[in-house]
Amino acid sequence: MAGDVQEIVVISGKGGTGKTSITAAFAALAESAVLADCDVDAADLHLILQPNVRATHDFSGGKLARVRAEACVGCQRCIDVCRFGAVRLCDIGNDVVAKTCAIDPVACEGCGVCVYFCPVQAIDFEDAINGKWFISATRFGPLVHATLGIAEENSGKLVTLLRKEAQRVAEANNKTLIIVDGSPGIGCPVIASITSADLVLVVTEPTLSGQHDLGRVIDLAEHFGTPALVCINKWDINPEVADRIEATARERGVKVAGRIAYDPAVTKAQVAGRSIPEYDDGPLKRQIVTLWNAVRQELEKSSRPKEN
Amino acid sequence: MKIAVTAAGESMDAQVDPRFGRAACFVLVDAETMEFTALENSSAASGGAGINAAKVVIDAGAAAVLTGHCGPNAERTLRAGNVKLYTGVAGTVAEAVAQFKAGTLTAATGPNADAHAGMGN
Amino acid sequence: MTEGFVVAVASGKGGTGKTTVATNLAKLYAATGQPVQYLDCDVEEPNGHLFLKPTIAQRRDVTVDVPEVDLKKCTACGLCGQICQYSAIVALGDQVLTFESLCHSCTGCWRVCPSGAIRPRPLRIGELQTGHADELGFVSARLDIGHVRTPAMIHHAKEWINPEALAIVDVPPGTSCPVVAALRGVDFVLLVTEPTPFGLNDLKLAVALVREMKLPFALVINHDGIGNNETRAYCQAEGIVIAATIPDDRRIAEAYSTGAMVLDTVDVCRKPFDLLRDYVNEIRRRRGR
Repeated sequence: MAGDVQEIVVISGKGGTGKTSITAAFAALAESAVLADCDVDAADLHLILQPNVRATHDFSGGKLARVRAEACVGCQRCIDVCRFGAVRLCDIGNDVVAKTCAIDPVACEGCGVCVYFCPVQAIDFEDAINGKWFISATRFGPLVHATLGIAEENSGKLVTLLRKEAQRVAEANNKTLIIVDGSPGIGCPVIASITSADLVLVVTEPTLSGQHDLGRVIDLAEHFGTPALVCINKWDINPEVADRIEATARERGVKVAGRIAYDPAVTKAQVAGRSIPEYDDGPLKRQIVTLWNAVRQELEKSSRPKEN
Repeated sequence: MKIAVTAAGESMDAQVDPRFGRAACFVLVDAETMEFTALENSSAASGGAGINAAKVVIDAGAAAVLTGHCGPNAERTLRAGNVKLYTGVAGTVAEAVAQFKAGTLTAATGPNADAHAGMGN
Repeated sequence: MTEGFVVAVASGKGGTGKTTVATNLAKLYAATGQPVQYLDCDVEEPNGHLFLKPTIAQRRDVTVDVPEVDLKKCTACGLCGQICQYSAIVALGDQVLTFESLCHSCTGCWRVCPSGAIRPRPLRIGELQTGHADELGFVSARLDIGHVRTPAMIHHAKEWINPEALAIVDVPPGTSCPVVAALRGVDFVLLVTEPTPFGLNDLKLAVALVREMKLPFALVINHDGIGNNETRAYCQAEGIVIAATIPDDRRIAEAYSTGAMVLDTVDVCRKPFDLLRDYVNEIRRRRGR
C-alpha cells in the first residue's frame, strides 16, 4: 500500500457470517477512513451507510460479441468455434438466409474467437458495460462502491478498480485507513480484494461449515502472503466448535482477534439502518469495540514490505 | 538507450509510480539526450495488467525499466523481452534516471511484489 | 416418475440456508425410493459433505485446457498474442509466453496458429468426488486454492447429473458468473432468503437473475421471525410464491453447527420440509415429470 494509507479487508469464506455488519461497525468506530464495498455481486454496505452518490462511472470488464443479423450468411462457423455455448440459430432472417446466428450476451465471455473466424466479418466486438461504480459521501467518510450487472462476470477487475479508487480518495482526503467489505468464497473477487492488503479479518461462525470454509480462506491468505486475523461471530451457538476453531487458527499461526456472542441486536440494527455502535450500547457494542481495538493494534504492528 | 520509468505523471518531475503493471503512465527517456515521451498505461484497469504494461515498454524499445515493485507476470514478460528491471526506485523520474546513469541502482533478480500486488494500490 | 428433474437451490445472499435446504430436501426425497442426487456446486466452499457424510467412491481431477507452445514450430507471427483477450498467451518476437491462470480456454490461440505450434494441454483446477449417502447419489466439486475457474468446475460437476434422477443442485451465493453456470438449464429454482434488509436487497438481485435466465422459481423464507415484513410485502407485490417458511430457531442453528441434518434433529423443520417436498412434487406433476 503506497503512502501512509493502510488497508484492512473483511472476508469470510462462508457467506452470512456477519462481514457487512462488522465492516459497518468498524466504519462507525474508525476516525479517518475510506470505506469500500467490494462485495460487488451482492453489495449491502450501502443499506447501513446510506450514501449520497457524488460521482457515477460505467464499468467495462471485457467485451461482448454481437452478430449483425443483416450481414450473417448462416454458415454457423461461430457456433462451431464458441466454447461457451453462447451462439444459437435464431428466427431473424435476412435476404440470404431464413435463420441467422445470435449470441446470448449472458453466456458470451468476450473471447473474440467467433469475431475472428466469421468469414464475412458479421460480428461486432465491443466493450461491454458490465456495471457502474460510485464515489459517495457517508456519515462515516467516503464510500467507494459498485453494482455489477445481473449475470455478469465477476472477474475481480471491478474489485481492483474500487480498491485503486479508494486509495486515490484516501490520499486526496488525508485519510489513513481503508476498510473493505469483501465477498464470500475464495475466487477471483476475493483474491482481488486481499492481495497487498495490510491485514485481512476473516469473520467466521462456530459451525462445521464455518470451520471448513475458514481453513480454505486461511490457505488463500497464506497463498497470497496476506496477514490474517480471525473473529468468531455468534460464538455461543456452539462453544466447542468455537474453541476448536480457535485452536486450529493458533496452530496455523493466525490470531483470533475477538469473539462476538449471538445477539438479536445485530439484525435489529440492520433493520433500523444503523451500524451496531450507533444502535447498541450493551455487551454487543463492547465486544465490537474490543475487536476493533485488537484489529487496530495489529494494523499498527504489521505493514507489508514495499520495496526489495 | 531508452529507459522506461513508471510515473505518476507525464513529466521528468513526476514522482516514480511504485507499481509497474498499474502505473499511471510510463516516461520513456533517452539516456543520452535526456529527451522523453510519455506512454499511456491503458492496461491499468484490466486483467493481465502487468503483462500488458511489459508489452508497452518492450514495443517502445526500452532496454531498462525503473520502478518500485513488479509482480511475477510482468517480470517474466520483461525478461523474455530482454528488458533489464530495476526495482526499489523512488523519487522523481529525473532523479531515478540520474541514479541509473550513476550506476547506483541494482538490477532486480526476480519479482519483488506478489502477484496482483499492485491491485490494491 | 422416472423422468429426471433438476432443482437448483440458490440465494443472492450467503448464509441464508441453501445447503440446509438442499441437503435435507435431497435426503427427504431419497428416502421415498426414487433416484435422487445431491450435487454440491458451491465449488469454492463446498459444505454438503459435512451434513450428508457420504461414502466417496471416486475422486477425479478436473482439468481445463491451456495452451502449450512448441517453439520449434513457431514462426513468430504473433497471431496468438493478438487474438487472446486475457493476456494468457503473449508473443514477443520469437518467444511465446503462456500465463495459465489467466487462460479462459477459449481455443482461439491454437485455432489461429498457422504452423500448428500450439496444442491444448490439461491443467488441473480441482477435484470431483462422486459417491452416495445411503440411497442418495452424491456429487461434489472442489476448486483448488488459488485457481479461479469456478464456472468451469461447476460445468464439470453438472455433467454428472443423472438424467433419470431428481437432481438437487446446491448453488454458490451471489448472482454473477458462478451462479449463472450453476443455474443454466435447470428445471426449477428455489431461492432461499432471510427476511432482513440485506436478505431482501440480495433477493431482488437473485430474482432479477432468474427472470433474466427465464427460469421458474419459488421462495423459501428461512429464519422467519427476524428482520421485518418487507420481504413478504415484496413477494406479494411481485406475485412471488413462497413455497415454505422455516422459523428462526436457535435449535436449528445449534444442530446445523454440529453438522447434523436438521430434519432428523429439530421438530419444527418437519412441516416446512414436507410442504417444500409437496410443492416440488406438484411442480413436477404439472410438467409431467
